[in-house]
Amino acid sequence: MADIVVIGAGPAGLAAAIAASEKGRKVTVLDRNQWLGGILPQCIHDGFGVLEKGVSLTGPEYAGQYIKKARERGVDIRSSTMVLELEAGKGKNRVRAIGPGGIMELRPRAIILATGCRERTRWAAMIPGTRPSGIYTAGVAQAMINLYNRAVGRKVVILGSGNVGLIMARRMTLEGAEVKGVVEIMPYATGLPRNVVQCLEDYNIPLHLSHTITNIKGRSRLTGITMAKVDKDMKPIQRTEMDVECDTLLLSLGLVPENELAKALGVEMDPLTGGPRVDQDMETSIDGVYACGNCLHVHDTVDMLTEEAALAGRSASSITIHRPEGARLIPGRNVSYVVPQWVHGPGKVIVSLRAKRPMESGAVLSIAGERKRLACAVPSTMIREEIEVTNDMLEGDMEADLIA
Amino acid sequence: MPEGLKNMREVRCIICPIGCMVRIELENGEVRKISGNQCIRGREYAVEECLDPKRIVCSSILVSGGEWPLVSVRTSKPVSKEKLFLVMEEVRNAKVKAPVTTGDVLIRNVATTSVDIIATKDVPSR
Repeated sequence: MADIVVIGAGPAGLAAAIAASEKGRKVTVLDRNQWLGGILPQCIHDGFGVLEKGVSLTGPEYAGQYIKKARERGVDIRSSTMVLELEAGKGKNRVRAIGPGGIMELRPRAIILATGCRERTRWAAMIPGTRPSGIYTAGVAQAMINLYNRAVGRKVVILGSGNVGLIMARRMTLEGAEVKGVVEIMPYATGLPRNVVQCLEDYNIPLHLSHTITNIKGRSRLTGITMAKVDKDMKPIQRTEMDVECDTLLLSLGLVPENELAKALGVEMDPLTGGPRVDQDMETSIDGVYACGNCLHVHDTVDMLTEEAALAGRSASSITIHRPEGARLIPGRNVSYVVPQWVHGPGKVIVSLRAKRPMESGAVLSIAGERKRLACAVPSTMIREEIEVTNDMLEGDMEADLIA
Repeated sequence: MPEGLKNMREVRCIICPIGCMVRIELENGEVRKISGNQCIRGREYAVEECLDPKRIVCSSILVSGGEWPLVSVRTSKPVSKEKLFLVMEEVRNAKVKAPVTTGDVLIRNVATTSVDIIATKDVPSR
């Protein structure tokens, strides 16, 4: 019987499982997909593992290394297995799942949630117009092209400059499609700078900042869109509309943590991250339930994600005792969110946070008076810093600020 | 404009997700001064980006008889930016038989770049 059950066999789940098995725990990983590695098999571009390993791997290669390591360590990995129900807390954990062998029930000492995230759709952006075919989220188009060998379209407009959208602009161009432009409502690109360079600038694909799509046209198939400039309040400006002919619209509107299981279990959620609230050990408000990866908060790089997930795996391996609430860690000046949301005791704490507005010429991160100088602070790049938390700092709420 | 600024170039490093803005001073086609990079690889990248820009090309190749219809691939080393579309043409026309293992060389010396196309994924036989 497993000591620890990990839900999700993407990079977070695998990294957590490996870390827990290195602590001597018996680990079972469950994943509803037929394959392992989560989203990585469709991310065929390189750039994975640079921070962690110093080499630039593609998504399938990065996932392959984790799958191999988990198997070598004897982690029990089950694909095509969907968790139906969780019970946890008060020392009674129960995981009910259905897989190729039928219904199974596991009673682990700890549960690690690594359920990933989903893409925002057209309805999250409330784009007016007709409902023709040819509108895809960027990740769905990526799966169609890279996994299933399905053509998506010839003349493409991309809404949103998130990383998946930028990567797909290059991918569609290399596959012979004409990418007419990337439309971004913010005055800056939301994806990583390196993707703006190597996915757009390399191929002379226009990036329309402070623009949005105001209409979608076409009956059975998409025939075009209307885009317009937006003002400071992100409202379209009249008479700036421009029609663009296209048969395909890719939506890269950002990712939302997926936490249906966590919510059903009743863990406390953070409305700012969309994920569970955790302490510095990645433990949620329910004893023995941990969270990591993109269901906790959406990461930009898999390297940081697996590092955080390994911490969840190590923590889940130690004997679970009820920890005091401690001090809350709350976002302050120019900070959109902070993880962990609370700190239960003194010691080294790794804090992840994101800037609200770009501070390109440097910033100071201040947490309850503890200061760190940063080269820059931009919303597209998550900030991850280790701080030393003292008993004094735990007296009241700790505020994280980004100061110029 | 002062003499020194004429050959100033700014290059956004794409080696890792940090994306440093590296400033390079060139004189007679040679690098004089580099600043803004946080690591040695940023320096190497910026010099190359000024003199001969290169990219890793990632794509996929058709597989027959495999568990998946495609195997993901990449160039074994970065190739000259000018050759990107020549590399893609060869990749698009290639076809391989399952099984394929990560690291297998699927096209040798692609588009006469002296770089190979290698598999980045295992595709077992169906």
